[in-house]
Amino acid sequence: MVNSKKSYNPLSRMNLRQKTLLTIGLSVLILVLVVISSLFINSSDITTNFKIMNQPPSFEHLFGTDWMGRDMFTRTLKGLGLSVQIGAGASILSSIIAIAMALMGSINKYLDSLMSWLIDLFLSIPHILLIILISIGLGGGAFGVTMGVAFTHWTTLARVLRADIKQINTSDYVKLSERFGKSRLWIARHHILPLIVTQIIVGTILIFPHAIMHEASVTFLGFGLSPHEPAIGIILSESMKYLATGDWWLALFPGLALLILVLLFDIAGENIKKLLDPTSANE
Amino acid sequence: MELKAENISFKYPSAKEYLLKDVNLELDNNKIMGLIGDSGSGKSTLCKILSGYVTNFEGSVTFDGQPLPKKGFKPVQLIYQHPEKVMNPKWKMKQVLEESWDVTDESLKEFGIQKSWLTRFPQELSGGELQRFSVLRSLNPDTKFLIADEMTTMLDAITQVQILDSVLKTVKERNMGFLLVSHDMDLVDTICDDKIYLKDINKI
Repeated sequence: MVNSKKSYNPLSRMNLRQKTLLTIGLSVLILVLVVISSLFINSSDITTNFKIMNQPPSFEHLFGTDWMGRDMFTRTLKGLGLSVQIGAGASILSSIIAIAMALMGSINKYLDSLMSWLIDLFLSIPHILLIILISIGLGGGAFGVTMGVAFTHWTTLARVLRADIKQINTSDYVKLSERFGKSRLWIARHHILPLIVTQIIVGTILIFPHAIMHEASVTFLGFGLSPHEPAIGIILSESMKYLATGDWWLALFPGLALLILVLLFDIAGENIKKLLDPTSANE
Repeated sequence: MELKAENISFKYPSAKEYLLKDVNLELDNNKIMGLIGDSGSGKSTLCKILSGYVTNFEGSVTFDGQPLPKKGFKPVQLIYQHPEKVMNPKWKMKQVLEESWDVTDESLKEFGIQKSWLTRFPQELSGGELQRFSVLRSLNPDTKFLIADEMTTMLDAITQVQILDSVLKTVKERNMGFLLVSHDMDLVDTICDDKIYLKDINKI
């Protein structure tokens, strides 16, 4: 039955690995396109033009225009690019913090309990509150938001890495490696690193969605990026004032674009995890 | 050379009673010794103490009159019962071997290891094949004394003979010490020059 009829749907002929690769490829491609195209948008492309203010979506202006006649599609694209950049900075920084913390915890048990205490401390404070505090404390702007997100999102990865390193350190092959006269550094480089690198890569990618969402929400609340920057949070908070007058496109499309961007990162991350750590694919 | 254990007493931190009490043992490279004991009698623990894996015991273990070295390559090596536990799952077999020493082609042949196995991961080999690697790896030129803790228990008779033959040949060639731990009486009778019953030396 299955073989007698030729399937014309190419997806049904692919195996799980090919599908996973295709999903990763597509989502990464879209993300890269967003970032690259946002880099080509100058601020001169987002000029005010009062002749075309408050226009609903059309083929000329896909996402409509705002009350100053700026093209919302260009602004949204620029904002998404900015979000990804901040997300990248925050994710990489928080991964570095997580790795440093996990390594610190593996030195001795006092540092380990200090690290567990730090994790609990950071987890006990609501994220958004801590991000706002750090962001304001560091003077706001892209730098403040990046730092704020980075310093609140390292905990999950640090926990995972800590558990993994502990498990590997008590394994028989590490003990045997010590018997062969290998140094701690050699063991860390050759035994531990190859086993945790998957977690590091996947962890970093999966911080991205959080970082982008938090950046947007903090900016929306007015504690993040400054109002002249074309960030999604700014766009959304400005659109609030015009929603009542019926300008629905100002909030809908940028919000939807942000949601899709975050989802794409999540899909890419989960699929890369499936690929690098096949045992998790059954979960 | 001799491996000497004096007045070894040991109990696990959670246990109330001693597992080993005042165990005295002298091993050298002239005779191949067999250590026999029931399950749970402390054979493996004694092996771990002799090879320096367990350090929180009472008494002393000396090798050629010196305490076991803390750093560098350890002259007393232990071969485990389960080879898959002592191999990093993300390493190719070639890397596993090279962690210890640069194995020669003759030794690979001697232990019946095929070249094509070297590029595989531990999961892609059978228990007997893995144990060949595990044994060959511990036969580093610097190894002076080899303790085989139920090395061949999980293997079939033919593989047992093949591996033990190769090990004994190398041990005699290099004039190494060898302690075979087992509860298979026939195996110990066949291979070893002399045998020790753990319950005779354990004053519990």
